Amino acid sequence: MVPMLATTSEFFAMFKVPFQYGSAWTAADGSSRARVAVISSDLNDKLFGGANSVGKTLRLKDSDVRIVGVMKRWRPSPLFYDVRGGRFAEGQTSSFYVKPEGVFMPFFSGLEVNEGNFWQFTCWGKVATPGHLQDAPCVWVGLWVQLDSATKVADYRTFIANYAQQQKLLGRFANTDTRMPSLMQWLVFNHVVPSDVKLQTWLAFAFLAICLFNMIGLLLAKFLRRSSEIGVRRALGASRGAIFAQCLVEAGMVGVVGGIGGWLLTLLGLWLVRRQPVEYADLAHLDIGMFGLTLALAVAASLAAGLLPALRASRVAPALQLKTL
Amino acid sequence: MTVHPIIAALKWHKAGVLLIVLQIALTLAIVSNAIFIISQRISVIQRPTGVVERDLFRVSQSFVGAPSGDDPASLDKLDALQLADLGILRQLPDVQSVAASDGMPLQGSIWVGGLALTADQKTPTSAAGLYYGDEHMRSTLGARLVAGRDFNAGEILHHTINSTVPSPVIIVSQALADKLYPHGDALGKTVYLDSKPTVIIGIVDRLQVANASTRPWVYMSVMAPVRLDGVNANYVVRAKPGRLLPAMQAARKALFAANRMRVMPDSWGIQSLTEIRDKAYRADRGMALLMGLICLILLGVTAAGIVGLTSFWVGQRHRQIGIRRALGARRIDILHYFHAENLLIAGVGVVVGAMLARGLNVWLMTQYEMARLPVTYMVTGVLAMLAIGQVAVFVPARRASLVPPVVATRAA
Repeated sequence: MVPMLATTSEFFAMFKVPFQYGSAWTAADGSSRARVAVISSDLNDKLFGGANSVGKTLRLKDSDVRIVGVMKRWRPSPLFYDVRGGRFAEGQTSSFYVKPEGVFMPFFSGLEVNEGNFWQFTCWGKVATPGHLQDAPCVWVGLWVQLDSATKVADYRTFIANYAQQQKLLGRFANTDTRMPSLMQWLVFNHVVPSDVKLQTWLAFAFLAICLFNMIGLLLAKFLRRSSEIGVRRALGASRGAIFAQCLVEAGMVGVVGGIGGWLLTLLGLWLVRRQPVEYADLAHLDIGMFGLTLALAVAASLAAGLLPALRASRVAPALQLKTL
Repeated sequence: MTVHPIIAALKWHKAGVLLIVLQIALTLAIVSNAIFIISQRISVIQRPTGVVERDLFRVSQSFVGAPSGDDPASLDKLDALQLADLGILRQLPDVQSVAASDGMPLQGSIWVGGLALTADQKTPTSAAGLYYGDEHMRSTLGARLVAGRDFNAGEILHHTINSTVPSPVIIVSQALADKLYPHGDALGKTVYLDSKPTVIIGIVDRLQVANASTRPWVYMSVMAPVRLDGVNANYVVRAKPGRLLPAMQAARKALFAANRMRVMPDSWGIQSLTEIRDKAYRADRGMALLMGLICLILLGVTAAGIVGLTSFWVGQRHRQIGIRRALGARRIDILHYFHAENLLIAGVGVVVGAMLARGLNVWLMTQYEMARLPVTYMVTGVLAMLAIGQVAVFVPARRASLVPPVVATRAA
């Protein structure tokens, strides 16, 4: 079974969906309820071995549909236009990171092809025909609107509110609450970041903090143990600044070496994540920017950790240490 | 041994002492909370479903080109497809019992209904997870009947999920019965399931709803005497003891042999409850494992920090130790000295850490659905941290105790 999305032709332009072959269907195809479809690159690879399949026919349930477009690999994460119901998921929202649908069809063509097999999101009245969406007293369609100015947003809000009032008067709607969140508001409302992931992030920083304290302690011991050596350098004319710099360079080197070790561990960790049967497994890869950031953080943290020990080391008095040699 | 000289000596190492104290405090705060989270996850994973899980599997599939079920005639056709499947499964040699059942504990998707005590009640007394199935459902699942009776064959209805036909009788879980009738007299009472009257004819002692929710109503279940007709049809099957795998393989083969026009993929078509349980709690288990691993590493890091700094101190006080030895201190006295010193530092650390742990717990309670950190976790954490400190300090302390008294005679 392949998931299908019934949508309008503007979907592809609005969300900037890249095409490998062909293109989206036209608005005319939409209104004439043409049996056409756009398929994902994954489905195209599976069915046609990645060849240009525009013009080929696809059997969907009991209908034949003509392929008009094949998408390039497109992997929005989360799959923002399908996000819903996250408030009821108890923080387990990793399913928002699935791949896009395999088949995209004009809105009404899709409704006809899959007639009788739809699940309503939630209903406020009795459903007359099971699996039928149109006219059902249910929430069954998500509407995405692109508004380019604040005035238009305000106007659209009024329009929606008026529409709800009108439909309530007509007896179709049970209540007239309307909300129009922006994309980001909608994602936040639906808790798109799974609560476990948030917890893991906090855990990571706590881990870093403990490691920092540990490193400060160990560097302190390491530098001060060499007090006599530092004393000799100071006696031979090295300035405090030079000692300080030497110690910081050492701390920074520890950070770099640790970062390289961390890089190997990251690769191992990512490999483990990809083996997990979770929706976002295929998204787990080494992001260069992210890795650069963590490496920089590792070096910066080591330097910060090295500050106090380096300061203490640079205060070593030359004469006192020489005496003990 | 007096504490005063230890404190006096530590004044020379303020930075190091502060670092160890902070590290122990932070480690205690994080590890005690993490272990509490792990134990909560484990108790969720281990809670019973109320069914006998061994040898139980679920068949979930959809018919290709099935009748719509819109009119009585096509509804009967849909039902016939399902009855045929149930008959085939029942005849398999490794199968003990078979039932039409839309639900299976932990399986994921559930139907929810509201139960009320009167017809015109505005808000239901309780929400409940619905199990739709036939007269064999309770016995096949293995939920224990504690009062009343099972459905009989004559009571089984069949319709689609969207039907408005009421179920005249239901079986409820003990938790739900107690919620509706706290005095224990639920059996035989008429209640309102989604505003339609129905009679409680049986009570099972425990039955988890069909998902792995952690919400309070997770044991509020209702069994309704309905074979759900639809494109999807789901069955529960109990294999004969120890014959689970052969029964599952035979079921797949027999169902496809009888009717090829169905979608029943390997991934979710036929699954044992063990596999379903495994999938349902995968995230919880992964999180518990990850946190456990992090706790271990954190404890290791902290122990390593203690070893490092104490070794340094031992090196610095080499000569003082020699003088103490020369003045008559025994090896064991030196060993005790460093252990006592560590106990003192770790003691301060765990006091700060216990406060931090509590603070972290309060913060987590505002962010996540967390319970209050029990005192036992805190006490265990404190004792564990003190023990780790004592173990970590042993190696450098032993090295200190081996410093010979003759060191005292060497030039400073």
